[in-house]
Amino acid sequence: MIHIDRSMVGLAAATLILAAMGGFVPDWLAFILTLALAKALVVQGVVLQMRAGLVSFGQGLFFCVGGYAVGMGGQFFGIHDAPLLLVVGALAAVALAAVLGLLMTRYRDIFFAMLSLALSMILFGVLVKSSDLGSTDGFNVHPATFFGHSFSNESYKSVLYLLTVFLAGGGALILHMVHHSGLGRIWEAIRENEIRVEYLGLSPRWLLYANYLLAAAFAALGGGLTALATGHIDPEMAFWTTSGEFVFIALLGGTAHVAAPFIAAILFAFVRTYAIEFTPHTWQMILGFVLLGIIVFLPKGLWSLVQSKRRAKA
Amino acid sequence: MTTFYAIFIDGMIYASWLFLVAAGLTVIYGVMRILNMAHGSFYAIGAYCAASLVGWYFSDFDGNPYLSYLLLIGCALVAGLVVGVVIEQGLLRFMYKRNELLMIIITYALLLILEDATKLAFGVDPYFTYQPYALLGRSDIGGLAFANYDLLLVVVSAAIGLFCWLVLNRTHIGKVLRAVIHDREVAVAMGVNVRLMFAGTFIFGTTLGALAGALTAPSISVSPGIGVEVIVLAFAVVVVGGLGSIEGAIVGALLVGMTRSLAVHLAPQIELFVIYGVMSLVLAVRPQGLFGRTLARKI
Amino acid sequence: MSTPILQTKALCRSFGAVTAARDLDVTIAPGEIVGVIGSNGAGKTTFINMVTGYLPPSSGQILFEGRSILGKPPRAIIRMGMARSFQVAQLFPELTVLENMLIALVAAEGPRPSFILPMATAKRVRQAKDLLEEFGVERFGDSVVSAVPQGARKLIDIAMALISTPRMLLLDEPTSGVSVEEKFGLMDTVMRAVRRHGVTVLFVEHDMEIVERYVSRVLAFYSGEIISDGTPSQVFADEKVRELVIGHGHATDKKRNMA
Repeated sequence: MIHIDRSMVGLAAATLILAAMGGFVPDWLAFILTLALAKALVVQGVVLQMRAGLVSFGQGLFFCVGGYAVGMGGQFFGIHDAPLLLVVGALAAVALAAVLGLLMTRYRDIFFAMLSLALSMILFGVLVKSSDLGSTDGFNVHPATFFGHSFSNESYKSVLYLLTVFLAGGGALILHMVHHSGLGRIWEAIRENEIRVEYLGLSPRWLLYANYLLAAAFAALGGGLTALATGHIDPEMAFWTTSGEFVFIALLGGTAHVAAPFIAAILFAFVRTYAIEFTPHTWQMILGFVLLGIIVFLPKGLWSLVQSKRRAKA
Repeated sequence: MTTFYAIFIDGMIYASWLFLVAAGLTVIYGVMRILNMAHGSFYAIGAYCAASLVGWYFSDFDGNPYLSYLLLIGCALVAGLVVGVVIEQGLLRFMYKRNELLMIIITYALLLILEDATKLAFGVDPYFTYQPYALLGRSDIGGLAFANYDLLLVVVSAAIGLFCWLVLNRTHIGKVLRAVIHDREVAVAMGVNVRLMFAGTFIFGTTLGALAGALTAPSISVSPGIGVEVIVLAFAVVVVGGLGSIEGAIVGALLVGMTRSLAVHLAPQIELFVIYGVMSLVLAVRPQGLFGRTLARKI
Repeated sequence: MSTPILQTKALCRSFGAVTAARDLDVTIAPGEIVGVIGSNGAGKTTFINMVTGYLPPSSGQILFEGRSILGKPPRAIIRMGMARSFQVAQLFPELTVLENMLIALVAAEGPRPSFILPMATAKRVRQAKDLLEEFGVERFGDSVVSAVPQGARKLIDIAMALISTPRMLLLDEPTSGVSVEEKFGLMDTVMRAVRRHGVTVLFVEHDMEIVERYVSRVLAFYSGEIISDGTPSQVFADEKVRELVIGHGHATDKKRNMA
């Protein structure tokens, strides 16, 4: 029933390769990749919304919820199992999205963008003021177990890496199918002409609601993985510049293919690591110019380079 | 009773600050349909220019202290003008055909660039140029002490609001601007030099933003990041009032300012929350803001 | 007398001081082909917008197959068996024509779990291509809509409306923006498809020759009111209509005089 296409084979292969690499690459590289892949999962949600015509400057909200769920689960509720914590985080984010989505789906364009920004800033404000949760410092996340097993420091990182790789791979495969499903194409139709979708007998609002929920789930997953990998959470996760980064990576990769956010996130992570070392006070400026460059020269993101190469070959 | 005075006057002071900050943002959106994410950066540039110039004035130049106010306003106008012209002519005017959402991303890129540019130009250490603020002394109202500078700012803010309203509603150029606000295409068809209007509006908006920063500088510690704080607040005010409406910005500023003052005095923990709460509430009931216009799509 | 497929009673719509529609009483029987004429701003599109739920009337009633559809959103009315095309073809610009049709096919099945499954099934693709062929636009199948000429776009707009197998179709100026040579070809195609699917049709049209050729009944609008309602000969001979809508000395006169 599931139609296997070339992309899915490629994604599965990439997942296995990345997983295998875990055994060979130095720790710092695995760490960067873990964080990049986790971030890419959040970006997948942003891309999902972009495909439906919405730009969210506030995915940091659900990213933060996912991260704090992991942290608080361990700290306050005695939940130490990583998979369980991630599920709890995703559920918490979806529950929040279910409420917020009722408001958000009434808006489009800049209102949606800025309202999403404001909502994430509300969370930021609430967290900063709450001394119980460490205020601006946040707090540390204790190492988690995996289905009951706990790991030594060394292997913990590797296990986390593998978990992230497989979640990323699984997520990619699912999203690939979603993009090509009736639902995914209808989301694109909403972007193109919402009124026409209404006149086809469907409700754009509720369809976008479903989109909002799914994006939130992915953002929380990314947040949870990030919390586990870095061992720390703080309100900065909900700050709007964090959300801005997700948007940046989404634009960098483009929305055409599910692999793009992963590639863009990894690229971004490497460039940033080196740029921040050399030019800590002009890093943002570089980002700004690159963003302008993308908008002017590569409006469909880096993936459009791949696409035009393919067309040239054909 | 003291609390009432405190809440009311604090609310007015905060509201007038909010209006100063938000006015430029709403004017630019109204005419150009651009939500300038970098608005906070102009505020920061105005604040930095003012703080450094006036700081230098008081430390290295022994002149009449009251002249510093002229310096404040003067350098804000110059800074706003220069930066506004450079950005409008150098970048924005090539982008006017793009859709609104893309413009936000473009102004976001601008924000990133200007944040670091400001850091490069002024360094990362905070500036604290308090003299103009302290110079005016304090007044006693209902048993509480208020800085006269803050009270003066209420007057200045009201004056600027009145000025904007007058220009928009009582002058010829205001009429032309309102035509452009209402329907850009028709205005072009009528022969309005929309490009010139856009350039003028943008520069006016950025100058207003820089002025807000410069006027605020003496009462705060000017440091990196003040621009970012401001943009989210300005957006909340402008959205509550209705994008593009000066009256909306005034009412929005008052509403948000008073509510925040209430929160600060009665329930400080929810201070940040309350501002966005008001915004979400207004939007839930009236999505286009209090004075905004709905634009239904014609089919 | 069977239930009229569409009935409006005292339908009114004002925008502030402007009355766009006043006391519209319309009864359409199943199977009728009705033409709606009137100058621009006469209220024709407002009528269609109200009847399809896009614009709420200020007062009055609308009944579709005997059931009130007042207050229902367009998507509900579509599900009840109505469909419409637009003055400016409302398609999905950056998707291909085939994809446009496929989306309409998926949508016509109604929201259901199978949405998760791939859109481009062989059966749907077959159905889409058949419909495109019926309308003579199958050669644009793989073209992006924004690259397709205006006349073809209007045909695709109408084809998409037929996908939901409606019992009533409202066409808003189907031949507007289409060249004079192509107009009749377009209408022939549409009417063939319409007859094959057994649909009641109401269409707005400015070209009186087209109106005369295809309809059994004409509604003439002027300034928000219906000033005449009858067969084409009756309506075109009506003094008010000649005065306000079509003018005296009309092209159709010549044909009748010569007969």
